[in-house]
Amino acid sequence: MLRFMSLAAAALLASLVAVAARADIDIRQVTSPGGISAWLVQEPEFPFLALEIRVRGGTALDLPGKRGAINLMTGLLEEGSGEMTAQQFQTELETLAATFEFRAYDDSIAISARFLTENRDQALALLRQALVEPRFDPDAIERVRAQVVTGIRANEKNPSRLASSAFDALAFAGHPYATDQSGTLDSVAGLTRDDLIAARHAALTRDRIFVSAVGDITEAELGPLLDDLLGGLPPEGPPLPDRVEYALPGGVTIVPFETPQSVAIFGQRGLKRDDPDFFAAYVLNTILGGSSFESRLMREVREKRGLTYGVYTYLVPRDHTELMMGSVASANDRIADAIAVIRDQWALLAREGVTQEELDAAKTYLTGEYPLRFDGNGPIADIMVGMQVVGLPPDYVVNRNDYISAVTLADINRVAAQLLDPEGLHFVVVGQPAGLTESQ
Amino acid sequence: MIRPVLARALLLAALALPGVARATEVTTGQLDNGMQVVVIEDHRAPVVVHMVWYRSGSADEPAGESGVAHFLEHLLFKATDTMAAGELSATVAANGGSDNAFTNHDYTAYYQRVAADRLELMMRMESDRMNNLRLTQSDIDTERQVILEERNQRTENSAGALAREQMMAAQYLNHRYGVPVIGWRHEMESLTLGDALDFYDLYYSPNNAILVVAGDVEPQAVMDLARRYYGVIPAEDNLPPRERGQEPPQLAERRLIFVDARVSNPYLVRSYLAPERDHGAQQEAAALVYLAELLGGSPFTSALGVALQIDSQTAVRTSAANDGASLDDTTFELVVVPSEGVSLDEGEAALDAVLADFLATGPDAAQMERIRTQLRAGEIYALDNVQNLAERYGAALTQGLEVEDVQAWPDILQSVTADQVRAAAARVLDRRQSVTLWVAASQEEAR
Repeated sequence: MLRFMSLAAAALLASLVAVAARADIDIRQVTSPGGISAWLVQEPEFPFLALEIRVRGGTALDLPGKRGAINLMTGLLEEGSGEMTAQQFQTELETLAATFEFRAYDDSIAISARFLTENRDQALALLRQALVEPRFDPDAIERVRAQVVTGIRANEKNPSRLASSAFDALAFAGHPYATDQSGTLDSVAGLTRDDLIAARHAALTRDRIFVSAVGDITEAELGPLLDDLLGGLPPEGPPLPDRVEYALPGGVTIVPFETPQSVAIFGQRGLKRDDPDFFAAYVLNTILGGSSFESRLMREVREKRGLTYGVYTYLVPRDHTELMMGSVASANDRIADAIAVIRDQWALLAREGVTQEELDAAKTYLTGEYPLRFDGNGPIADIMVGMQVVGLPPDYVVNRNDYISAVTLADINRVAAQLLDPEGLHFVVVGQPAGLTESQ
Repeated sequence: MIRPVLARALLLAALALPGVARATEVTTGQLDNGMQVVVIEDHRAPVVVHMVWYRSGSADEPAGESGVAHFLEHLLFKATDTMAAGELSATVAANGGSDNAFTNHDYTAYYQRVAADRLELMMRMESDRMNNLRLTQSDIDTERQVILEERNQRTENSAGALAREQMMAAQYLNHRYGVPVIGWRHEMESLTLGDALDFYDLYYSPNNAILVVAGDVEPQAVMDLARRYYGVIPAEDNLPPRERGQEPPQLAERRLIFVDARVSNPYLVRSYLAPERDHGAQQEAAALVYLAELLGGSPFTSALGVALQIDSQTAVRTSAANDGASLDDTTFELVVVPSEGVSLDEGEAALDAVLADFLATGPDAAQMERIRTQLRAGEIYALDNVQNLAERYGAALTQGLEVEDVQAWPDILQSVTADQVRAAAARVLDRRQSVTLWVAASQEEAR
């Protein structure tokens, strides 16, 4: 039944279920006296704590004309707060050997912290100060603004970024998703200190916050600490952006750029994370272009024809829309061939579906790979906060493999026929592709 | 507090210490055919990382065949006597694992990450392809296209990567580190089946390999499996001594201007030849770890960061980097991305002023202590990722270090003094053994 499995592997198969079950980590749900909830996994082995915080909303909350404000604000959280300048803050952080990361995404702000047990209180006091009392000093604003501008200019010369920017502009016109979260040279130049203060009040609020902690801490210790850390944030944020329906028709868009290898981003409509067919689609994507070497596209485009170093597809369920995307890169005189093979494979899979052998192999891979993700404090904290953001319960960790295993051949082939839309696939190609014409 | 990392010579009786809950234990051994074995225990998750490292990388390639070590790495996923092309990866995936490989100047390594009870299967397949590869001309023709597309993706499509390639070629007057790991394009295009097989037959041998197994395993069981699967492969008697052409005294600084329209922000890199970590002699390389942090670590507290990004608006970004993990001479690199309106010439002058000041006054004592604390904490954080620990050992053992050097390194880092840093700076920051690279979008910008 497992095409790739040898005799020795078959003998080991019996233990697979037991292995997968061991991803059943002990997740405790903690609610602070002030009402902030968090997921905790106690891991006393090493004397440090990994803390992950997400705030739903993200840069899609930028106000009209203020594109880039939330991104710039996020970059300034580590640049001075409370009584400390940027330098004083960072000096203190280095003294404690703690690391903080503040990252802005379309749909969320992500905060990652890692600090030693021996100075946990001091590290948390610094983190609180960064989140609740950022200073936005003028010299810091100019410093980070210049860094953002450098990044925007770099994106304008980066084929992959040019491709995804062009794709977003075509797919989501009129919605924040249509433009880069860094903003434009003009919009960033116009941002004021007041804009940044407003951005913090919109994007860092208690009503949309998710927290996970893994490491050397007890439930009793974590609760009060959450209130100290996050209790000072504004209680609620502005309304979230509207939905945007992905409606880009199939075709090819070429963005001319002088470079030897064309980079293509492609996409079509997708499905929601809570769609009943999500798991069937997830397994389907694994077979088509998932991250292992075993995908059909890797086999057809790379292994058989040598047309690329890598070709991948992925489901992209975002907060306000959903799509299915992929990427490939080939020399300018070969990208047309790569695209033709991808289109053919897309059509073949929609028309004929997968085989039982492919489905079984994909399921074994996915269910076996899942527990391997839980291999450190940082990764576990990251997984747990991600689950909360998409509304999954703690026992999803235990049940997830059952959802994968429950996908039948009939399910996946029905979803293949419904979801995969070879005619609707739109390619944005950046480079000097030969033998490829624009179409809509 | 850092938990001690224990090393025990592996004897038949050397079973796990009963009842002692140590976070990370390292056990080493050697097979009769010369293959080294390192076992790192981490029982937090039922996962194992199985790696085989070969003491051969791109700097061991014959002249004119650049890229063959990396090409062979790709080809190792093709057929063997008993496995079809792609079967190894497919089997790993069908067992819920992931696998990959990587090549560097000094090593080529293959690994699988999989549930711990699949270790034997991994060993069976990995040991099989050490000796039994069966390549066809069709494999060569197709996979050569793949590596050329990989070079397109990594290098040809990136002005910065192309510039860096030129810089490394100028930095090394004689050593193969001046040749890119992926290979020069014109030599990659002419790599043959024979080139790949010659490299394979000579270097893919147990006495040129290190097995690293990390995760939820018992050392004795790993050793038994290693004997069964790797222990039966004959040693290569003709394995040549690893003597690559070394650098002569470098007596003249080199200056490069790289112009490419795809450069978005002009920047400059200064690279110096620098000593690497050597067996029993890691002190100077440890001092260079501090020097890199002191000069260009944190943008807020390092010498370059404070002078060019905080006290003045000379640069939007500065950094310093040094990788002491290297078999032969490595490099110490500084990067300055000047602010808008600041020329590369002015940026370089500002860089040199900071270096001159540092050489005159030496390290700030408080900053030294902060770096010391961060390095100590880094060891605790590092315990959280067993694959990284495995890579430390694999890389070190292919780069002239021994297990005891890897285990001594954290303490050596803690023992570095300001005087050692000052002495290392004075030795390394010598313009005669440096390359200065300006990268710009046009000749007008390169000023």
